[in-house]
Amino acid sequence: MKDIHQFLCSPADSTHRHGPNDRIVMSSRVRLARNLRDHAFPGWAKKPERVKVLETVQPAIASLPEMADSFSEAMDNLVALDKQILVERHLISREHAAKNVGSGLVLNRTETFSVMINEEDHLRMQALRPGFQIREAWQAIDGFDSALEKKLDFAFDNELGYLTACPTNLGTGIRVSAMLHLPGLVLADQINPIIQSVNKLGLAVRGLYGEGTEALGNVFQVSNQMTLGESETVIVERLEKVTAQIIEHEENARQTLLEKKPKVVFNHIGRAYGVLANAHSISSKETMNLLSLMRLGVDMDLFPGTQRALIDELFLLTQPAHLQKSLSDKLSAEERDLLRADMVRERLKNVSRPVTK
Amino acid sequence: MQCCVCKEKPATVHLTQIVGEKMQKLDMCEECAKAKGVNDPTSFAMADLMLGLGASQELDPSAIGAELKCARCGFSQADFKKSGRLGCPECYRTFAEGLAGLLKTMHKGVRHTGKAPEALRKTRESVDRLKILQKKLAKAIDTEDFEAAATLRDEIKTMSGAVPAKTTK
Repeated sequence: MKDIHQFLCSPADSTHRHGPNDRIVMSSRVRLARNLRDHAFPGWAKKPERVKVLETVQPAIASLPEMADSFSEAMDNLVALDKQILVERHLISREHAAKNVGSGLVLNRTETFSVMINEEDHLRMQALRPGFQIREAWQAIDGFDSALEKKLDFAFDNELGYLTACPTNLGTGIRVSAMLHLPGLVLADQINPIIQSVNKLGLAVRGLYGEGTEALGNVFQVSNQMTLGESETVIVERLEKVTAQIIEHEENARQTLLEKKPKVVFNHIGRAYGVLANAHSISSKETMNLLSLMRLGVDMDLFPGTQRALIDELFLLTQPAHLQKSLSDKLSAEERDLLRADMVRERLKNVSRPVTK
Repeated sequence: MQCCVCKEKPATVHLTQIVGEKMQKLDMCEECAKAKGVNDPTSFAMADLMLGLGASQELDPSAIGAELKCARCGFSQADFKKSGRLGCPECYRTFAEGLAGLLKTMHKGVRHTGKAPEALRKTRESVDRLKILQKKLAKAIDTEDFEAAATLRDEIKTMSGAVPAKTTK
């Protein structure tokens, strides 16, 4: 059995993956839900049936050329902390982290394909790309799915399309999403009208970890909700268009803030730096929100010589499971807050205070 | 504002219901509201309407008498109400009637127009083509364009031979 920590790339490396517009679009992903024709859905199937599905699906996925070098494991072989790390990396959902016997994960070396087996559906496969690459992610997962359908008998109906456990995913089974960093729109107080107009287009706006989570660190996920009655291409193109518009609004908001209210911007970023560089106890939530402001400062050239990757790495390293992993003892939340602050101070010691002319 | 059920007509019936701590809002056109039995608010539960497989079906227990259950996996309507998920792919056929309304409210359309497994793609295309030809034929007959009708009829005949008589649905 491979060790997930040796398999995953280091937080430092993972933040050096670049893509178009990655100042604002942190990542793009497309997920497809598929089920086997002759088995009950995971939520209804009894344990032996789930195990059987896992034993059928896992080798089929591992045999694809894209997955030649992959991490393939049953969920009951992963400890809670490792599952949480995978959630913090956005490689599995929080729901999947709660699964055990009869569920599995197949992840490729470059972390561009991840397949959850027996989450809500038999297969939830996703393609991930850094930056604004929605179309590329769709093409990748489309090819992946076409290769897999030669090996597995997917439940499909001529009228209803791909059959899924929840009727909300029926048809294409697709969820296209972009993870966006929008501090400008939040500071300019324009985020709510943007969210509302995006909602009107039938798209959902969610927080950092998807459904039902808050927008920590000014990170928002925009994704489609409807999956039936439109083709994948139409859905992908709509999300591309909307994302491009949000990017433009965010750029404009940043520009306007700097022109009209520079003191407000400098105040937020300066305070964020002040706290992060000097705190001796800090929660993960506060850390994320302040790192978001520092990231904005880097984008605005207020921290010359500082790479955005440093901030992104801290964003990952300071999250609870990643922090816990870097320590040998099991710590309480309070103790973690102390160590988190130590780590952030240490990593920021060579970053000078923001330059505000 | 559009009706959230048929997504065609303007919404004139606006409903707000508070269930527990959650507020639910629905905007419907007259006809859909009537079809859903909204004109009698006392007997109307929005959750049922939103979940589709609700009041209307329970009020009208089908000829089977007992509660509808999936023959393949044993999943029942009550199970769906509890989880909002279905039991197996076959459930979509078992509960087709109750699901139709639900799908209408939650999706852009009720017919899949996207990707299909390659093995089925060809069949799907011919079925679609056949439907178009049949429409054209009806139109040709309507307009008494018998020459065109004859050509279309022949084309349909050859095509029907090529399409397997029984498609998946």
